[in-house]
Amino acid sequence: MPGDDQGALFARDRSWQPPAYTPGYKSTTFRAPRHALLSLPGTASELTGPTFGDMPLNPLDNDLIRNYSQDGGEAIGQRLIVYGQVLDENARPVPGTLVEFWQANAGGRYRHKREGYLAPLDPNFGGCGRAITDANGFYHFRTVKPGAYPWPNGANDWRPAHIHFSIFGHAFAQRLITQMYFEGDPMIWQCPIVGSVPDKAGITQLIAKLDRHNTTPMDALAYRFDIVLRGRRSTLFENKLEGN
Amino acid sequence: MLHPVPTLKETPSQTAGPYVHIGMTPNWADIRGVYETDPGATMVSADTPGTRIILSGRIIDGAGVPVSDAVVEIWQADGNGSYGRPVGSSAEARPAFTGWGRQPANGEGEFRFETIKPGPVPGPDGRPMAPHVAVWIVARGINIGLQTRIYFADEEAANARDFVLNRIPDPKRRATLIARKEEGDVPQYRLDIHLQGDSETVFFDM
Repeated sequence: MPGDDQGALFARDRSWQPPAYTPGYKSTTFRAPRHALLSLPGTASELTGPTFGDMPLNPLDNDLIRNYSQDGGEAIGQRLIVYGQVLDENARPVPGTLVEFWQANAGGRYRHKREGYLAPLDPNFGGCGRAITDANGFYHFRTVKPGAYPWPNGANDWRPAHIHFSIFGHAFAQRLITQMYFEGDPMIWQCPIVGSVPDKAGITQLIAKLDRHNTTPMDALAYRFDIVLRGRRSTLFENKLEGN
Repeated sequence: MLHPVPTLKETPSQTAGPYVHIGMTPNWADIRGVYETDPGATMVSADTPGTRIILSGRIIDGAGVPVSDAVVEIWQADGNGSYGRPVGSSAEARPAFTGWGRQPANGEGEFRFETIKPGPVPGPDGRPMAPHVAVWIVARGINIGLQTRIYFADEEAANARDFVLNRIPDPKRRATLIARKEEGDVPQYRLDIHLQGDSETVFFDM
C-alpha cells in the first residue's frame, strides 16, 4: 500500500519457490544459473516499483471473449469468469496493481508466430488481457477455458489447461509471473513445469477453484484464483514497537 | 511483536513460457488492436530531463546460445536519483520519465532500451549507490524471474564505493554487472547477460 512502501520485504522463501534447475523441465538445463544468488538487503531500487493505478484501460481489456473479435463475433469455447484477490503475505489486499494474463484458445492453440500446433486459431480470440486491482485488491476477467496442448519436452508431454499471470505489486522485488490451473484437472500432477514447484501445498496454491456463486447463469462459469505477493515488514519506529 | 508474522505463503512462480509476448508485448507479437501500445515500450518523452542513453545487450544461455524468447524489464531512477511513480499512459497522467521499461529480446537474444542515465540513489546506510538500473528477466526455462543490476563503466569511482558491487569478492564476477560505453550520437551502454557458465552474470536474492 502506498502508505507503507518503506518497509523491507520478507525474504523470499526459495525452498517454497521452484529452484532454477529442474531437469524434468528440459529448458531449465542451460538457463539455470549455477552460482548461488547474491543476497542483498532491499534498497530503494527494489522496494519501489512502477505503479499503474491511474493507467486508463480500455473497457474490453479484461474481456478476452470480445477484445480481439474482428466483426462483433465472440471467442469460441467454454465461457468463464476468472477472478480473485491479490494479497500480500500479511493478508493485506494489494490495490491498484496491474495484473496481466495470457492463454491459448479453447483448442490449446496460442496466437504466436513461433507456435506450430495443428489445432486451429480462433479468428475472434487474441489471448491477452489485463486488469487493475480495485481498492480491496480484486481483479476479474472474462475468457474461454484454454485447452491442453502438447509440447516438445518428453516424447508425449502435455500442458494442463492454464492461464499465465504477471503481477507487479508495489515493489520491483515483488514482481511475479505464475500460471493458474483448473480444479480437478488430472494433468496438473503429470506436468514437469508444475512439478518444478517443490511442495504439493505450493502447487495447490496455483489451482483455481470452481465458484458456483459467481457464475453468470446461462452464460459463464466462474473460477477463483487468489494471488499472494511478498509482504513487507513494517518500518520499526522506536515509538511504535508493536509495528504497524 | 516487532513485525507482523507472515500468515500466507507467496504464490509460487512459474516460467513465463515461450509465448510470453502474447501477454506482455502483444503488439510486438502481431496481436493488434487490443492495446494501443505495448506496456513499457517507451520510457522517455520529448521533455524528459537527463542524459539520453541506449542500454542494450544480449542474453546468452549456458550453451552459448542466444535466449531469443526472453522479456526484460528495467526499473531505474531519473537523472536526479529519484524513483518516479506512475506509469499512467494518458497524456495528462504521463510523467516526463516512467522509470520502467519492458522489451522483448530479438532473434539474436538482443534487448534495447532508450532511456536516460540514472542519478545516484541512497543505499541502506544513506550513502549513495553508484548509478544503476534494476533488471528482471523471464523466459522459457526460467522458473523464477532473474534479478540483477546494470552499472556503468564510466562511473569508476562510484562503482568502487558501491555497496552491492563490494559484496562480490571476485573482481571478474563484479565485472559481469558493468556495461561498457560506446560513443555515438546517443551514448550506448552494452552488457551481455550470461545465464550460466564461465561468464555467468551475478544474480540477486533481494
